[in-house]
Amino acid sequence: MSSRNSRSLFDAAILKSACVESLRKLDPRHQIRRPVMFTVFVGSLFTTVLAVDAFLGRGGESPWFVTSVSAWLWFTVLFANFAEAMAEGRGKAQAATLRQARRDVTARRFRDVPADGRLSAELHQAISAGQVGDRKELESVTASQLRKGDCILVPAGDYIPADGEVLDGIASVNESAITGESAPVIRESGGDRSSVTGGTLVLSDWLVIRVSTDPGETFLDRMIALVEGAKRQKTPNEIALDILLSAMTLVFLLASVTLIPFSRYAVDLAGSGSPVTMVVVVALLVCLIPTTIGGLLSAIGIAGMDRMIQANVIATSGRAVEAAGDVDVLLLDKTGTITLGNRQAVEFLPASGVRIEERAEAAQLSSLADETPEGRSIVVLAKEKYGLRGREVNQRHVTFIPFTAQTRMSGVDFDGRQIRKGAADAVDSWLKERKGEFPVSLRAIVDEISRKGGTPLVVTEGNRALGAVYLKDIIKGGIRERFNQLRAMGIRTVMITGDNPLTAAAIAAEAGVDDFLAQATPEMKLNYIRQCQSGGRLVAMTGDGTNDSPALAQADVAVAMNSGTQAAREAGNMVDLDSNPTKLIEIVEIGKQLLMTRGALTTFSIANDVSKYFAIIPAAFAGIYPGLKVLNVMRLATPQTAVLSAVIFNALIIVVLIPLALKGVRYRAVGAATLLRDNILLYGLGGFFVPFVGIKVIDVMLALVMGA
Amino acid sequence: MNAADWILPGVYLFVLCAVALPLGRYMALVLSGRPHRGSRLQRSIETKIAKLCGFDPNDDMTWPRYAGCVLVFSIICLAVVFGLLNLQGSLPWNARGFESLSWHLSFNTAVSFVTNTNWQAYSGESTMSALSQALGLTVQNFLSAAVGIAVMMALIRGLVGRLQVEGGRLPSTTQSEVFGSNHPATHLGSFWLDLTRSTVFVLLPLSILLAIALVTQGVVQTFREQTTVKLVEPVTGPDGTTIEDQHLPLGMAASQVAIKQLGTNGGGFFGVNSAHPFENPTALSNFLQLLAILLIPAALCETFGILVGDVWQGRTLLGAMLIIFVPCVVAAEWAEHAGVSQVLAQASGGDLSDVDNLEGKELRLGTSSSVLWAVATTAASNGSVNCMHDSLTPLAGLVPMWLMQCGEVVFGGVGCGLYGMIVFAIVTVFIAGLMVGRTPEYLGRKIEAREMKLAALVILIPSILVLMGTAVAVMRTEGTSVVSNPGPHAFSQILYAFSSAGNNNGSAFAGLSVNSPFYNVLLGLAMLISRFGLIVPVLALAGAMSKKPVVPRTTGTLPTNGPLFAVLLAGIVVLVGALTFVPALVLGPVADHLEFIAQK
Repeated sequence: MSSRNSRSLFDAAILKSACVESLRKLDPRHQIRRPVMFTVFVGSLFTTVLAVDAFLGRGGESPWFVTSVSAWLWFTVLFANFAEAMAEGRGKAQAATLRQARRDVTARRFRDVPADGRLSAELHQAISAGQVGDRKELESVTASQLRKGDCILVPAGDYIPADGEVLDGIASVNESAITGESAPVIRESGGDRSSVTGGTLVLSDWLVIRVSTDPGETFLDRMIALVEGAKRQKTPNEIALDILLSAMTLVFLLASVTLIPFSRYAVDLAGSGSPVTMVVVVALLVCLIPTTIGGLLSAIGIAGMDRMIQANVIATSGRAVEAAGDVDVLLLDKTGTITLGNRQAVEFLPASGVRIEERAEAAQLSSLADETPEGRSIVVLAKEKYGLRGREVNQRHVTFIPFTAQTRMSGVDFDGRQIRKGAADAVDSWLKERKGEFPVSLRAIVDEISRKGGTPLVVTEGNRALGAVYLKDIIKGGIRERFNQLRAMGIRTVMITGDNPLTAAAIAAEAGVDDFLAQATPEMKLNYIRQCQSGGRLVAMTGDGTNDSPALAQADVAVAMNSGTQAAREAGNMVDLDSNPTKLIEIVEIGKQLLMTRGALTTFSIANDVSKYFAIIPAAFAGIYPGLKVLNVMRLATPQTAVLSAVIFNALIIVVLIPLALKGVRYRAVGAATLLRDNILLYGLGGFFVPFVGIKVIDVMLALVMGA
Repeated sequence: MNAADWILPGVYLFVLCAVALPLGRYMALVLSGRPHRGSRLQRSIETKIAKLCGFDPNDDMTWPRYAGCVLVFSIICLAVVFGLLNLQGSLPWNARGFESLSWHLSFNTAVSFVTNTNWQAYSGESTMSALSQALGLTVQNFLSAAVGIAVMMALIRGLVGRLQVEGGRLPSTTQSEVFGSNHPATHLGSFWLDLTRSTVFVLLPLSILLAIALVTQGVVQTFREQTTVKLVEPVTGPDGTTIEDQHLPLGMAASQVAIKQLGTNGGGFFGVNSAHPFENPTALSNFLQLLAILLIPAALCETFGILVGDVWQGRTLLGAMLIIFVPCVVAAEWAEHAGVSQVLAQASGGDLSDVDNLEGKELRLGTSSSVLWAVATTAASNGSVNCMHDSLTPLAGLVPMWLMQCGEVVFGGVGCGLYGMIVFAIVTVFIAGLMVGRTPEYLGRKIEAREMKLAALVILIPSILVLMGTAVAVMRTEGTSVVSNPGPHAFSQILYAFSSAGNNNGSAFAGLSVNSPFYNVLLGLAMLISRFGLIVPVLALAGAMSKKPVVPRTTGTLPTNGPLFAVLLAGIVVLVGALTFVPALVLGPVADHLEFIAQK
């Protein structure tokens, strides 16, 4: 689904539906949710009545003037609706794509949940042979009939009908409907790749799945609801801003309405002129209340969620997106985030009394059959540095010993030689069993490698330790600069690693993180997060394994990898569809951008008011006190064009700022003080001066039209 | 206007800052109860007063209790003052035999003094007995100011957690400890103790010092209520009798004048306030009173800074106040000095640029000092005058009016000015915090919906009172029939009255005859709502803030100390104040000014 990332800001289809939608949003029940725009809405209704009145010759203003003001007030409401509809439209288009994946497929449900979830050997064979058609253990049901806890069988070629956890089997699954990534992924029971998502397609083999959600609550359902914004609720910060905007609206409402008695009294005092008319009061009110931010506020929130989706992250709530902007501490897994997944052999270090070539050869031999990236890098190093070519290995004389969690060693037995390689402590006990000895000089080498941030791999032959291979973690390019940026933003980075403290410290120093957590267990992660939070900090982390889920549940911003387990995905408040641990940094930036966009437009909106006063006040009162004409600093043509151009500017600026609201203001990783100064200069001063120009231009055009 | 005219404002600001900073440090010690050299003495006095009055000095109140105490205390004060005034005629110590005040004037005056407004719809020397002045008004001058300081202390406690640990160890407030401690405090201290501390250790000693200084300058302080002097030249009255004697009202002026200025009360002993030679006889007494107007409000900024553990937090607020205050002084001085030449230059053909507008001014005091006073007294919610604001040129009159409309946060009243400014700081932090992409926080505590609601109330209420009050007044004949000028100036008079009452200032424009049931009740209500309608949300805000965990500051935190924030804060105060009142001001002083200069 590559279209997700390339959809342009003003997609023709979205534009069209947004136009329709903005009319539908004129429903008062919708309008009342936005206090600022509701005020404009009421103002529009009121001026419509005034326009009718004017045509009947009442109210003291010319009908065309009242009608124009009324029309532009309606446009103001419509433009705000349009902005919201645009933001929603992008989500809706994505929801439509997702919905195609949610088809009501037929599921094969086990009549009885198999004990321990394993299949009988006989059924196993039958499935492998592709004969599952009419087994008595299975019944055909539609996906909507599946309930939590049901067990189902999904053979190759079937869509997975519901979210669940793999109990048995291993299969390649095409998850492109969810992730947009077309390369198939492996799903198998146990471990961190056991969760499957409804709507994805099993390409090969088969899976036994325990359904984990009831219909309507599946991941896909939630995703659709989220991107559609159907369940959108105002976020805490949005509510606070709404209160501020409502308060301002109330003040300006009073300031405008009291002008009626004030100007009547002024007429009495001056003995000339006429009091300010209703339509001018409404126009002034609408121009003064913060319509720019009021009209774009919901669009900004929706667009923030949308930007998360562009980054292939599904946030379960707007609250989570907002919290992302506040994060103080990032917990980052070392592997995959800070370092490349694979370690590389960079040096062979022989124990004393061992020739380096002998050492290199042993290492090479032990790794020939080792298909792990580390193993391959040893072979490559042996070839490049010591000229040892890969040799033909005669299968018959050779036994490869694969790595197991018990031995924590791998190696090869051939021609009576027993070559092993593994972690120092594992090799130590291996040697002890064989009455060998772990040389003191080698211990020093091992420690030295650890200190430098590498992983020592000790190679033995028989009961003799030959030396160590220096496996080095490769720090990702550019990550150090990224951390420097984060530091400038006031965010601490903490590296989580299973390495020993010595190694961890070295890598931490090289990568430039602020802190590290070595030999990390899930409990340690949880405690670390709690400790940060008790100090008032907000913590973000990523995780994929089931054992990450307590920490994910505790973290303020918890990004679960889509490839991770169901438990992890449940515990997190965001799911990264790309399963890219570096995404966390992007998420923080999107969160900050969301708040900044609100702040920038609020400032802009308030700063606008000054110029509008200069446009409307002289127009409204010059009839009473002619001296007030000097306040018409913009030299607007007539009182009518002055009021009208202020109203038109006020409406058009919403449209002009829609792209900014949808894309968000530019975020730069600099300190708060600098950011504030720059934004005040841009949006504060900009908001002060722009309308002077805008209103003048509109006034000139109006004067031309009316003159013609 | 020449360079010499700027010497006074310059010297004034310099001396103000020089005195305010050490005073602020002193107040931080005595108000928080931190250990200092006189701790034991302070403690023993406090304990004795507590025993006498029957309160527990170690009490620690939640915000509703604190607010309840403020309200109960104020209601009692209100009843006492109302009784004193309403029954004045039958009470002792009334040598000149003044009658009891009408119910509405009693109500208005009682409200006015209890709310630290000191709006005076009466003239002291011809209305008030010595008893009313001493027991009613002077006592309230102390207590209403002390209530302001108490509420501010409660807000500070809410913002930083508990400050006062009685009888022993106190949290040292280094930066890290204040922001690092994460123990949410929910209690705001004891109102009674705060009231005692601010009265006994701040207002009383300062008033005694100032009163003595004023007496040396000739401000009267005597139990005699009047003296009779022989006129140098007898005059013949309209009915043909020869008048040889003049009765000069006297009284305990110095003691009341001292607290009137220090406590930002402003209610004069005499009707013309500090323009009266017995109330403000010399240049030095004028300077001292001018200093006293802004002294405590300015010093409290420093107190705030010390108590929150970062003096620059307080100085930033002071800076923001000065950013608004200084241009206001410059603008008003300019308008007042240029006024005459603007009107008369063409008519006379001569150079009038050195001729000041002297209407309504004491010639002893001159234009420069009168204008500086006018700006200071409205910046602080003092309201005492040494010239008649009604006679200022329209633009110079606009400045005091607008300073009140800003919500009395540029210095403002003792305590209440600062808590108002802190509320503005919270709103500023909210807008600016968004612009740096973080949920806004002030002093490490997050500003969320509830805080925004309370802050919005505090900012809304005065604006609503001023606009609604003025609107009601201009729609009724009772409101418009008592103006003394034609044209836009009449509107200015009414707008000024409500700006003053709706922001608890008490400054009068003069010219508006306000001793009528209509104005007494309407302005009285405005004063009541503006005082307690703000205190309650401020205390609720303190309660809400105290429960919040403290977020440690990082480089991503918006700094609330420093010039950038001061400018921003000043900007928000100006925008909120200016934007709300622009239309009204245009119909009043601005139109007045344009007609004024059009006369030439």
